Amino acid sequence: MVPLSYYLVLSGILFACGVTGFLIKRNIITIFMSIELMLNGVNLSFVAFAAHWHALAGQVFVFFVMVVAAAEAAVGLAIIIAVYRTRETLNVDQVNLLKL
Amino acid sequence: MISVHLILFLAFAAVAVAGAINLLAQTHPINSALSLIAVMAALAGEYLLLGAEFVAAVQVIVYAGAIMVLFVFVIMLLNAGVEEHTQGSRVAVLFGIPGMLLGSLLVAWVLLRHSGTEAVAAGALPGSPTTIGPLLFHEFLLPFEITSILILIAIMGAVVLASKPPSSPVPPRKGD
Repeated sequence: MVPLSYYLVLSGILFACGVTGFLIKRNIITIFMSIELMLNGVNLSFVAFAAHWHALAGQVFVFFVMVVAAAEAAVGLAIIIAVYRTRETLNVDQVNLLKL
Repeated sequence: MISVHLILFLAFAAVAVAGAINLLAQTHPINSALSLIAVMAALAGEYLLLGAEFVAAVQVIVYAGAIMVLFVFVIMLLNAGVEEHTQGSRVAVLFGIPGMLLGSLLVAWVLLRHSGTEAVAAGALPGSPTTIGPLLFHEFLLPFEITSILILIAIMGAVVLASKPPSSPVPPRKGD
């Protein structure tokens, strides 16, 4: 028997790692992977709450999160390919046309 | 007494956290992608502990399989090398370290204050396809259809974005 708080703390740690990677990484592909890590942390808390409250809808929402993650990955990676084609770099510090 | 369930939970959690930290520590994107796959596999184990067997299977097939293959494919396609090191901003240090301390204090407070929450039994909620299917196709039919439109738009957007720009001039022939 594992308390619900353990699952939530694990979910929070994974989410915090995702936020940290999003902020400190400079490679745009790794930044995308950090976003996937955050979505995974949220999914874990969805499933844990579903088991805790005996509500199966929480598990259904995980599928919707996965669909949105798949759509986001497809569009995002296409954008990365387009950026690489024009700028020839994956470093986000060098993609700064909108910066003042 | 420590139950087997708790030991399994801690083992999977250790793998997940180690993979997440390794994702941050590695500089080459392919190593980060492999550690993210390890995190997803460990999370599938946590889902199995919670009784969500269908979610665990979909996690391995769709997330660790399809989406990560897409990532690895793009890393190979663009021949991504080791990350270049750049100077971190001062704002990140100024706000990041106090924010991280605050966040870990909050997590510690939750652990100490609410450690007596009701335990989640192994397999408390049967998450097999026979129970999820009717819910997905009756109560959540409208969101299901909307996500199908979303994924259709995403496919078309990816094709448009990744295809070559049509306005590229045709190079003149040698003989002319």
